[in-house]
Amino acid sequence: MDFETLQNIKKRYENVVHVRQALNSHGALVQDSEYEKQIVICAGTGCTSSGSRKLADQIDTVLAENNLTDKVLVVKTGCFGLCALGPVVLVYPEGVFYSQVTPESMDIILNKHIIGGEVCTDLLYEDTVSPEGKVLPLQDTDFYKKQKRVALRNCGVIDPEKIEEYIATDGYQALYKALTEMTPEDVIDTIKASGLRGRGGGGFPTGLKWSFAAREENGTKYVACNADEGDPGAFMDRSILEGDPHVIIEAMALAAYAIGANHGFVYVRAEYPIAVQRLQIAIDQARRDGFLGKDIFGTGFDYDMEIRLGAGAFVCGEETALITSIEGNRGEPRPRPPFPAVKGLFGKPTVLNNVETYSNVPQIILKGAEWFSSMGTEGGRGTKVFAIGGKVKNVGLVEVPMGITLGEIVNEIGGGVPNGKKFKAAQTGGPSGGCIPASQMDVAIDFDNLVKLGSMMGSGGLIVLDEDTCMVDIAKFYLDFTVDESCGKCTPCRIGTKRLYEILEKITSGNGELSDLDTIEELSKQMQTSSLCALGQTASNPVVSTLKHFRDEYLAHIVDKRCPAGVCKDLLQYSIIEDKCIGCTACARKCPVSCISGEVKKPHVIDQSKCIKCGACMDACKFSAVVRG
Amino acid sequence: MSEKVVPFQGTKEQEDLLNEVIAKHKDQRGGLMPVLQEAQEIYGYLPLEVQKMIANGLDKSLSEIYGVVTFYSQFSLVPKGKYKISVCMGTACYVKGADKVLDEIQNKLNIKAGGCTEDGLFSIDATRCVGACGLAPVILVNEDVYGKVTVEEVDGILRKYRDMEA
Repeated sequence: MDFETLQNIKKRYENVVHVRQALNSHGALVQDSEYEKQIVICAGTGCTSSGSRKLADQIDTVLAENNLTDKVLVVKTGCFGLCALGPVVLVYPEGVFYSQVTPESMDIILNKHIIGGEVCTDLLYEDTVSPEGKVLPLQDTDFYKKQKRVALRNCGVIDPEKIEEYIATDGYQALYKALTEMTPEDVIDTIKASGLRGRGGGGFPTGLKWSFAAREENGTKYVACNADEGDPGAFMDRSILEGDPHVIIEAMALAAYAIGANHGFVYVRAEYPIAVQRLQIAIDQARRDGFLGKDIFGTGFDYDMEIRLGAGAFVCGEETALITSIEGNRGEPRPRPPFPAVKGLFGKPTVLNNVETYSNVPQIILKGAEWFSSMGTEGGRGTKVFAIGGKVKNVGLVEVPMGITLGEIVNEIGGGVPNGKKFKAAQTGGPSGGCIPASQMDVAIDFDNLVKLGSMMGSGGLIVLDEDTCMVDIAKFYLDFTVDESCGKCTPCRIGTKRLYEILEKITSGNGELSDLDTIEELSKQMQTSSLCALGQTASNPVVSTLKHFRDEYLAHIVDKRCPAGVCKDLLQYSIIEDKCIGCTACARKCPVSCISGEVKKPHVIDQSKCIKCGACMDACKFSAVVRG
Repeated sequence: MSEKVVPFQGTKEQEDLLNEVIAKHKDQRGGLMPVLQEAQEIYGYLPLEVQKMIANGLDKSLSEIYGVVTFYSQFSLVPKGKYKISVCMGTACYVKGADKVLDEIQNKLNIKAGGCTEDGLFSIDATRCVGACGLAPVILVNEDVYGKVTVEEVDGILRKYRDMEA
């Protein structure tokens, strides 16, 4: 590959891709290309799960039948972020967004819009249609307007299986620039100056990490990418791999050049088959076109890489455990120091970054450190991708500048809590993070502020909890997870997580004592200070943060033997209000253990000795006669 | 607790495939994981017999192989059902009632998570986040994904696979 060929490919495909970048540009942007129309269909995991593959086949068939294959381009992209509305289909140049498309509605869209030329307003995402029936641009909806897509810039825009489309969006330009105009030190200095910090958990300055590995004078060095995204509720790394796999290849090549490595490993969760497949396709294409291999761009720089699959162990997201796993062992962490930058894979200096961190790198090299550091706050430069889930209207993936408030993410972008329920807390950072109460909604989110609140950025999972969520139960849920995933190597984590879980079990079953709270605090401190790796050091965060912000709920469980959210089964009792019950028998018919009795048209009774507290009666009753207390 | 041991029924073809896999990765650094992953694809699980073959082939001790196999949740020492049901227990699914869905499947099949029905048709696993949080709660039956699953839908989903066998 030489520069001229690269520029030719870029020119050839730029116009085709340009129209689709409207999503990033926050303003109308329409440009002619050789196609009359482009149908963009999301082929990410979320939309694939809700049936987008069948829709893509359907589109191909109809286009072929109508001899439109030369005029209409079908593009299968990565994730748009609005996973709950899937499958999603966009049509350009109009830029209209069809959501929850079914085979039936796809048929209408194809016939009426693609062939007939008339937008099917009634099938569009409701937020893109004004009350007067006017179609609004997708990038102006509440979900998108506060977003700033840097890491996700190509997700939902390019076809991840076509290297030409990546090249069209400045792909591999940063690598060319670095190899021909910059020294390895320049690359490291640029990353340092940008203020980029690791997006995988700890938030360590990326440039600093690279400089540690660069100054090692040991012949062989490695670069590695952590794509073992194990935090439940976080799926941004998967979306980047699925939607823009070449960015990881380019970024790792840049890192390799900066530290003096020639080989890279990407460690991906085996639970992400689509991501693995697309990354492999991208690697094969990059190798074919000379972006991987010997003498890249004729500069004498050699770099190649391979994929290694994880096998379902959360601890392998920890850097030393990940390295041990790639080496073919039980994925147990090692004490640090030595840090991987000094002694990593196969004993050699290794730079290990996560997917989202890498995805920022090529743009920083291309656009400069100042461009990046102008976004965000002192406590975190650039943007952060969050996976919003749980009790929120717009479940999905969003990328926002650091410093945005929790309230803006949950209420404006996320659309708030559905069904008229009250927002209670947001959980960030997965099993290593904590719960942030509704009272802290106006705190600007960055690395440092989240730690101050007793949580952490983690990889960016953000689960919204409403009044129906019990905070003691949610802490127990995370401890159950860490008990299971603790590798067992060090005692504070192996036994500490188990003991913490048992105490929470005791509290949620109604046997808690006040002294348990002191034990929790003492034990948590011990685990934080003496565990070998971050898994054990942070495992108590979900308990400590909920105890700090929701102590009253713990007290209700312990003192009043009551679960205010109505979740903990042992503390619940269902009963029927005599005055409200009309004797319709709906509840008795639904009860799985037949413990509700009563004559037709007369008030019913629940036999408490048999009740399994499943709540089916409460759901079945149309007269609010069944109450939980 | 008595656990039924399913007799190992490997074929010559499977063994040949396994030997090819071992030869391919023998000299690769850190090649054990790919060997185990591909071996599980060949046999469906990793019984002691297969682990012994891998230990011999890679010139490692059986205890080392066993140590790695039991460390990772994706490696299984027992066969899985023809229809492998995975219930996502990620946080997003959990707060939307995945535990109730899991309970219902366990009740309907009369086995616990991790187990397999006696006819070998269904096995249940409570898995980690599959990353389809927009569709919570999510269950997978082999490659089929079911999103926004309710307790009421469980019966119909199971019946679909039973009917395919009838």
